[in-house]
Amino acid sequence: MIMTTILNKQDFVIIREQDVVPFRNQVKDAAVKVGMGILNQTKLITAASELVRNLLKYGGGGTVEIETVSNGRENGVRLRFSDKGPGIKDVDLAMKDGYSTGKSLGLGLPGTKRLVNEFDIQSTVGEGTTVTIIKWKNG
Amino acid sequence: MERIPILKMGDFLLVTIQVDLYDQLAENLESDLVNAVKKHNSKGVLIDISSVSIIDSFMGRILGNIGVMSRIMGAQSVIVGMQPAVAMTLVELGLTLTGVATALNVEKGMELLRSKILLSEGQSYDHDNNTE
Repeated sequence: MIMTTILNKQDFVIIREQDVVPFRNQVKDAAVKVGMGILNQTKLITAASELVRNLLKYGGGGTVEIETVSNGRENGVRLRFSDKGPGIKDVDLAMKDGYSTGKSLGLGLPGTKRLVNEFDIQSTVGEGTTVTIIKWKNG
Repeated sequence: MERIPILKMGDFLLVTIQVDLYDQLAENLESDLVNAVKKHNSKGVLIDISSVSIIDSFMGRILGNIGVMSRIMGAQSVIVGMQPAVAMTLVELGLTLTGVATALNVEKGMELLRSKILLSEGQSYDHDNNTE
């Protein structure tokens, strides 16, 4: 991954579904701050909405770090979703289109990956899951 | 609990979503709308999403469900006014909303709804004739 500099950082705690709308607004604020256009904003917020649902549904809530970052050429928004849930047994399988352990369509993780520029998932069974995404201003 | 209002206008039900959706709100809308179709014997449902700035896979699925559920109950449904950025994001996410009728704006949506109802009534009329 390219070296990134953190310009601004904020933590957002997610424990209930009611936290989702204010969280999405916070992500939008960060996107506006880096000058992101409406399409990339929408993609980023949609990706964030998918991941925050996983955080609540599978992780029992958690924390999201919202950062505005720079790679030297361009600014962007980095989001890191951390939960202390059961973790994902098979990350490769979870990243497949159409796979779901719940009753969803299974578009969440692979779909989210398509909406952002960088996507990283780390999961340990019994310890939790951390998903990091970056959307660049013009990415 | 927060709810999205459903307006009855003749044979139609009109829903204008003016707030950003979250899961519970979308689920409430789904059940309220299906119940309202039954209660008012509605022939058509029009949902205006022009103020909705994001639709993710869950909310997209609910919109699809509403279309299928109303059809099963004998009503037609149309979703109107999707923002371009929302449409582009939905497709990239992998959700194409197949089976959901859509139109550019409320006016075109109403036209589509009326023609769909005429068509379905024509079909059931033919069907009656055939069985007799």
